Amino acid sequence: MRLRSVLISVLLAALAAAPLARVAAAQSKEIFVPLLVYRTGAYAPSGIPIANGFVDYFSLLNERDGGINGVKLAWEECETQYDTKQGVECYERLKGKSPVLVNPYSTAITYSLIPKAPGDKVVVFSMGYGMSAASDGRWFPWVFNFPTNYWSQASAVVRYIGQQEGGLDKLKGKKILHIFHNSAYGKEANPTLEELARRHGFELMLLAVDHPGQEQKSTWLQVRKSNPDWIFMSGWGVMNQVAVKEAAAIGFKMDHFIGNWWSANDSDVVPAGDGAKGYKGATFHAPGTAFKVHQDLVKFVYDAGKGAAKKEELGAPLYNRGVVNAMLSAEALRTAMAKFGNKPLTGEQVRWGFENLNLTDQRLEQVGMKGFTHAIKVTCEDHEGNGPVLIQQWDGKKWNVVSDWIAPMRDVVRPKLEAAAVEEGKKLSYTMRDCAKEK
Amino acid sequence: MIYREAGQFKATYASDQAIFPIVQDRVFVLAVVIAAFVVPPLVASEYWLQAVLIPFLIYALAAIGLNLLTGYAGQLSLGTGGFMAVGAYSAFKLTTAFPQLNIIVVFLISGLVAAAVGLLFGVPSLRIKGFYLAVATLASQFFLIWLFNKVAWFTNYASSGTITAPDRTVLGVLVTGPNSTTAARYVTALALVTVFALIAKNLVRSRVGRSWMAIRDRDIAAEIIGVRPLRTKLLAFGISSFYCGVAGAELVFLYLGSVETLAFDISLSFLVLFMVIIGGLGSVLGSFLGSAFIVLVPVFLTNAPHLVGLALPVALQKQIELMVFGGLIIFFLIVEPNGLARLWQISKEKLRLWPFPH
Repeated sequence: MRLRSVLISVLLAALAAAPLARVAAAQSKEIFVPLLVYRTGAYAPSGIPIANGFVDYFSLLNERDGGINGVKLAWEECETQYDTKQGVECYERLKGKSPVLVNPYSTAITYSLIPKAPGDKVVVFSMGYGMSAASDGRWFPWVFNFPTNYWSQASAVVRYIGQQEGGLDKLKGKKILHIFHNSAYGKEANPTLEELARRHGFELMLLAVDHPGQEQKSTWLQVRKSNPDWIFMSGWGVMNQVAVKEAAAIGFKMDHFIGNWWSANDSDVVPAGDGAKGYKGATFHAPGTAFKVHQDLVKFVYDAGKGAAKKEELGAPLYNRGVVNAMLSAEALRTAMAKFGNKPLTGEQVRWGFENLNLTDQRLEQVGMKGFTHAIKVTCEDHEGNGPVLIQQWDGKKWNVVSDWIAPMRDVVRPKLEAAAVEEGKKLSYTMRDCAKEK
Repeated sequence: MIYREAGQFKATYASDQAIFPIVQDRVFVLAVVIAAFVVPPLVASEYWLQAVLIPFLIYALAAIGLNLLTGYAGQLSLGTGGFMAVGAYSAFKLTTAFPQLNIIVVFLISGLVAAAVGLLFGVPSLRIKGFYLAVATLASQFFLIWLFNKVAWFTNYASSGTITAPDRTVLGVLVTGPNSTTAARYVTALALVTVFALIAKNLVRSRVGRSWMAIRDRDIAAEIIGVRPLRTKLLAFGISSFYCGVAGAELVFLYLGSVETLAFDISLSFLVLFMVIIGGLGSVLGSFLGSAFIVLVPVFLTNAPHLVGLALPVALQKQIELMVFGGLIIFFLIVEPNGLARLWQISKEKLRLWPFPH
């Protein structure tokens, strides 16, 4: 009885001490970037490589160059498990350290953070995910989703399918299936696909897979019944592995199965073994380690024992995506420093840096990424850059790029984007700013 | 010593039936409520308001709702997440269709919509009991979430399927939407939960509450003494769903700001059920304690390593957090199967005798 009451009081005291759990204030000599990651749960297979890539590139900058122009980068990871509530909790906690930009790594969390961005003066950088409509910078000054968004990607994939069929006019009467994660993320591409189906006369089928995506037997039964010509998939986490396995199991032509850029990582295809051979995926950067940046990562980060991943995990598509994400963030910070000086920056200054980012091929070569990704120019109106897309294919051992850069159909995507931006902006009671007045 | 009721005589029926018959309790509770309204908005950081206190209040309201159904009326339900989703989506539809309607009224109407849905899914409770009923309510959970995912009308045809809380004011103060302050949202949530907790407390002491408990303890005996099972059980489902519906609307409008159906999935139902079980079945106070436990302990566990200057990898930390949290739940259930509310009651009884226990 006595032991019991002692134990209880200890526990209650521990709970009462919880208010003491405050986050320490950030050091003002550094630029602080909070990282919302997910290294546990159903989305860990996708979350781990991307988080590792991001952290490694920032470590590289700190180790090799002493930060950006001498200003060190500081970061802290917070586990969200890809869950909106935990993501918001993480953001609020790390906000105490005065961050200037945040990478939510989840479309649902991005939707929750977008309304907070203008008030908190924190740039939301959702690279290739999040709200597609936020590409219209006139309505969403604080949100950036370059180098390209879901709608552009969907149009580029349809263009690729057209190329494979021998021209976009050959799409008429074909059946394209979109398998998507039943969430804000997965649904994002649907409006564009529907529009393209109308324009090019192909039959579009939409099949949702519920969170977390481990159970897809009924989905693939429907696939077998409908026998589509092409499958496009917007999956994430454990859903991808299961889908690739199921596709292999029903004997679907793997080279007619294209994942979006979140559905084509090593961890998605390896579990299916040889069955996954031929599976394709979209991307906006090259896979592999044949670039100078990877040599530097090995030399400065991994040989110093500071790497976040294992050395052989370098070069996986999602790892490389984390590297690109970190590089784009760093270059935007650098752009801001060129105007405001080499010191820790405010949120507004960083926002200016993002909006005036002009990443040239020359600059890409300097950061050791020649041929790794493409040049980007962000403007006040265009926070997306409408970047082109590559198609990569799994050969059983590694990913190979099998296409040229495929341009999205800007004529289709941009008008829809602008219309959607008006709608989404009004929901948040935003007003459109006049880009002519911005410098 | 201080906590003693000697000399407090109950000379009227009213004083005998008071919620808090002891003066010290009355003073204490009143002080806590006033402090809750005044102190956090002035002192607490935004993190505390937004990430801890607001979810605590909202979950407490949902837990009271489930407690009425499961703790008082004895009907096990796993449909809480679904009913909360009904409240959230009806509030969204209502306030976008009638922007001039006061948001508090919107919350109440969406509670009523949730109550109607709850009545519908409560019908099977007349024939099936216990775990079988839990399975039947589980069906409502999956059906409702599927419905909101499938029918784009509920999200006003948003391509992403996300609903976003617009700016709405109460008495000229912005209380929802991206431009509202956290303090305003906190006070709104607190006011709602205070009123509804008071109503719940009175409800369970009334004829309705007693008939619920009669049904819970032995339904056949209750029927024999004249309690109508149909009406009583359905009423429990309706009122419980009303509470859950309001809590669901608050979850979108006062807490997250923008959600997709994933926020209301089965894990939310379990979470609220755990709150009720840990806090104490059949206790309004227990709902608050359970909610505090479930919301605060993970926050404490994630912050604890930082406090002592320990930099653990996040994945390891999360796993430790889950293990410790699970361990704590088991610990409390073994030590006090009747929940935290019972611990509170025991300590009050001890306090009465202190310092001369016999």
